[in-house]
Amino acid sequence: MGSRRLFAIGLAVGSLLGIGLYARRGRGSNERIDLYFADGSLTSIDGEASEAARLVAQARDILRAARQ
Amino acid sequence: MVREASLSAMTDGKTALAELMEISSQIETAVLFGADGELVASTLPDERATQVATSAKALFEEAGRAGMGELTHLEAATGDGSLFVVREGDLLAAASTGAEPTAGLIFYDLKACLRKAAEKPKPKARAKPKARAKPKTTRPKSNGKS
Repeated sequence: MGSRRLFAIGLAVGSLLGIGLYARRGRGSNERIDLYFADGSLTSIDGEASEAARLVAQARDILRAARQ
Repeated sequence: MVREASLSAMTDGKTALAELMEISSQIETAVLFGADGELVASTLPDERATQVATSAKALFEEAGRAGMGELTHLEAATGDGSLFVVREGDLLAAASTGAEPTAGLIFYDLKACLRKAAEKPKPKARAKPKARAKPKTTRPKSNGKS
């Protein structure tokens, strides 16, 4: 009986951790910078790339200031 | 003269921004500012609007250096929402939205807003002179005798 309960608690904690990690991973992958130029070209830089990380951080600060 | 033009741009900017907020349900806040960083109109209190305008201008300039051509607009998507910056001539607009907005619509609305804000006020049309009223011809009342 005790081991069953322990297994159920372990399963619940594991599931919650899994959901948390998945959500965090999903959130990270959505971060990007899309740049549109006058000649019609588009450059999309992933938020994890070094050149975009600074810009994404700046954008996050602006969003925070706008929502204060 | 310059002051009058600046005031006119601010009034047009406020009207354009009010219309933008009316038509776009996805935009949470928006700021219009000049290429020199001067605030034109905003949905935020002045102090925060100036801060957002300055930072958005810096972000736009830095992002422009990342590409080869002339940057016209950008979307910075973060986990907390998106920031849009659009340039049209000497005016820029920065807008914040929630996560995963319809980028095409936001860009379209922001560009329309900037065009409206940059529009020069049309000269008032002269009122057409009223056509002269025809003199009323009154028929003498017949008293039934003649």
